[in-house]
Amino acid sequence: MSQNAFEGTKEQMSELLGCIEKCRGERGALMPVLHAAQNIYGYLPSEVQSVIAEELNIPLAEVYGVATFYSQFSLTPKGKHKISICLGTACYVKGSDKILEAVEHELRVRCGECTPDKKFSIESCRCVGACGLAPVMIIDGEVYGRLKPDDVKGILDKYMQD
Amino acid sequence: MTVEQLKKIAAEKAELVNVRRIVREQAERLAKRTGYRKQVLVCGGTGCTSSHSLKVIEQLEKSFKELGIDDVLIVKTGCFGLCALGPIMIVYPEGAFYSQMTPEHAKTVAEKHLVNGGEIVKELLYAETVQSDGTVIPFSEIPFYKHQMRIALRNCGVIAAESIDEAIGAGDYSALCRALFEMTPDGVIDEIEKSGLRGRGGAGFPTGKKWRFTRMAEGSPKYVCCNADEGDPGAFMDRSVLEGDPHCVLEAMTIAGYAVGASEGYVYVRAEYPIAVERLELAIKQAREYGLLGKNILGSGFDFDIHVRLGAGAFVCGEETALMQSIEGHRGEPRPRPPFSAQCGLFKKPTVLNNVETWANISPILLNGYHWFSSIGTERSKGTKVFAVGGKIHNVGLVEVPMGTPLKTIVYDIGGGIPDGKEFKAAQTGGPSGGCIPAKYIDIGMDFDNLVSIGSMMGSGGLIVMDEDTCMVDIAKFYLEFTADESCGKCTPCRIGTKRLLETLEKICSGNGEPEDLVKIKDISEHMKSSSLCALGQSAPNPILSAMEHFGDEYKAHIYDKKCPAGVCKSLLNYYIEPDKCRGCTLCARNCPANAISGAVKSAHEIDTAKCVKCGACIAHCKFNAIVKK
Repeated sequence: MSQNAFEGTKEQMSELLGCIEKCRGERGALMPVLHAAQNIYGYLPSEVQSVIAEELNIPLAEVYGVATFYSQFSLTPKGKHKISICLGTACYVKGSDKILEAVEHELRVRCGECTPDKKFSIESCRCVGACGLAPVMIIDGEVYGRLKPDDVKGILDKYMQD
Repeated sequence: MTVEQLKKIAAEKAELVNVRRIVREQAERLAKRTGYRKQVLVCGGTGCTSSHSLKVIEQLEKSFKELGIDDVLIVKTGCFGLCALGPIMIVYPEGAFYSQMTPEHAKTVAEKHLVNGGEIVKELLYAETVQSDGTVIPFSEIPFYKHQMRIALRNCGVIAAESIDEAIGAGDYSALCRALFEMTPDGVIDEIEKSGLRGRGGAGFPTGKKWRFTRMAEGSPKYVCCNADEGDPGAFMDRSVLEGDPHCVLEAMTIAGYAVGASEGYVYVRAEYPIAVERLELAIKQAREYGLLGKNILGSGFDFDIHVRLGAGAFVCGEETALMQSIEGHRGEPRPRPPFSAQCGLFKKPTVLNNVETWANISPILLNGYHWFSSIGTERSKGTKVFAVGGKIHNVGLVEVPMGTPLKTIVYDIGGGIPDGKEFKAAQTGGPSGGCIPAKYIDIGMDFDNLVSIGSMMGSGGLIVMDEDTCMVDIAKFYLEFTADESCGKCTPCRIGTKRLLETLEKICSGNGEPEDLVKIKDISEHMKSSSLCALGQSAPNPILSAMEHFGDEYKAHIYDKKCPAGVCKSLLNYYIEPDKCRGCTLCARNCPANAISGAVKSAHEIDTAKCVKCGACIAHCKFNAIVKK
C-alpha cells in the first residue's frame, strides 16, 4: 500500500492497543480507533490497519474501506511540517488558489505530496472557520491569515531552518 | 443536583452575566453588586484564537498582577461575530469594543483603562464606536449589531464558554426544568410544532413534525442526534454555537430525548473543529457531574446521556443517512429513503436528527412560548437565521437576523458593504448546494421560500459576497470541483454527473467551450436532480444552473467571444501594459518570474504574452495601475 517501510515503536503499539481496549464493546468503534491510530502514527499504514481489523474483529477490507473513504485519514506518511491551505469558499474568492500555487512553487511538490526530504507536506482543506482572516494557511496548527502570495516564502523560510 | 440547586446557581451567576446584556447605566449599577468593578471579555473562538487572542489574555493576566488589579474579571468567551476585527475584546459595564488587539495593546488598556479610575483608550477602540465628537458608544449600538436579533447566538460572546455555572446563569437548563416538571412530552412537541421552527441545516423541514414522527414510531431504544458536521465551506455558525454555548445544545437534545422517548444521544462533529470538540466534551463532562446528563436528571426519573463522534472530512456525512452510517463506523454513504430516520435511523432505530442551530432555538421557544417565536420572521419561515457572511465584504463574520431581512440590510448595513469601492455582483447562499442571488434581487427578504423561488436555497446559512472581480463561471467550477471531490461514489448520476459537469466547465474556462456545452450542462443537471440518491447529487447542479440563469451573458462571453469579463479565467486573458500610464520604474520587470517584461528605465515597458505565465505578480507590484488584463 505504501512504498515507505513502516517503522513503529513498541510504545506506539501499546498506546494503540490501549485505545482499542477503551473503545471495545462500543458500537461504531472503528472511527474513533482510526482517529486514535492516526494521532499515534501520523498516518494509517497497512500494518496498523491489520492490527485494528484483528483486534476489533472487523474484516480488513472494511477497515481499508473506511480509512480510504474519509479525507482526513491518510495512508501515506506526512512531512515533518504539515502545511494546509484553506480552499473554502471565503478563502477561494480572496485568492487562496494563488497561495497554494506559491507554496507548490516554493517547495516544488504538488498539493497532496510530501517533499523528498520529508520536511514538508502540502494539503488543501475546506474551511477551518477562520474566514475573517481569509485567505489562510495553517502550518503545524499555527494559522497564517490575510496572506499574499509574496508572504509565502518568508513564512516557509522559518520552517526550512529547523 | 436538584432543581433548587440549579436555580441557586442561576440566581448567583445571573447578575454577573446580565452586566454584559443591558444598557450602560443599569449595567454600572449592577456591576457594583457583582463584586467585579469591570469585566473584560476576550473572544476565544476559532477566528480570534487564530489571530492570537489567547496571548492577549495571557498579557492581561500578567498586567493585572503587575498593577495589582484584582477586581476585574477576565472572561474567555465564544465568538462575538465580527470575526474580521479579531482578536476582539469588550470591557463592561461600558461596552467598550476593542478590536484587532495585540498583547501590547492589552498592556496599554490594562494600564490606562482597567486600573481604578482609568479611562477608555479611544485610539484602540473599533473606529465605528467613536463618534465624531469623541463620545464612545457601546458596541451594541454600531450598525453591525444594531440590526441583528440574537436567539441562537444569545449566549455566544456573552458567557465564559467553558463555565457551566455561567451558562446556567445565562438561562441554560431552565427550559429543561420546565419541560421535565411542567410539560408532557406531547406538550413539548406541540410547543415546538406551533412555533413554526424549521430545520436550520438546509432542507427546512418542520422540527416539531420530525419529533412527532419519531415519538410515534415503533421501536426501542430511540436516539437523538445532533448534526454538527458543518460541511459548507464558508459556513461556521454551528462551530460558533458549540464553541460559545455548548450547553444550549446538550440541553435541547435532552429535551428532545424527553419528548420523543430516547435516552441516548450522539453529536456528530467535524474533526476540523478542535476547539468546538474540546468545549463540547468538557461541557458533557460538566453536565454529567451536575447530574444534568445521566441517570435521573434533576430527580425527574428521566435518564439521558450524550456521546461525541468525530467526522473525518467527508461532506456527504452532513446528509442524515450518511451521518448515521458514519456514527455506526461505516463508510459515510447515504441510503435511499424511505424508510425515514424517524422510523429507521441510527442502528436501525427511530432517530431524531437536528442541526446545531436548530437545537440552539429550542430552549428559547420553551421559555418564551410559541407565540413569541412565531411572531418573528415571515409567514412560512419563523424566527431568525444565522448567516456566515464572507468573501468580498468588510465585516466578515456571523450575523443573526429575523427571517425575511432584506439581503441589502445584511450586505450594506450590517456587512458594511464591499471593500475597495467595488460593485456588489452576487451573493452565493447555500454553499455547494445553493445558488447565487444577483444584484437585481438585493432587496429580497431572506427566508426559505424566497430563496428557492429565485433558484438558490437557504442551506446552512453560508453567504459569500462576490464583487465585479469574481467570474461566475469560475465560481461554479469551484463548487463543482468541491462536489465532484466529495461525491461518495455510491450512485451513478452523482458520481459521473459531477465529473462531467466539472469537465464541461473546465473546457469553457479554458476557452474551448462550444454552444452545445450549455445544452449539455442543462441535460446532465436535470438527470442528476431527478435521479441522484441524496441531496448532495440532487443539488450539486444548482450553482451552475443559477449562475447560467442570472449570468448567462458571462457564459456566452466565455464560449462565443472567448473572453472572461471578470478577468479571472487565465486562458482567456492576456496581460498588457498601458504605455501612457507606465513610468518605466522597472518594478514589474524585476518581479516577473518568467522574465516576460522588457523595457528601458523611465520608458514604457512591454509584456511578451508568449512568455507570460499570467501569475499576476506585475499587477501586484505596479504602483501606477498601468497593467491590465484583457
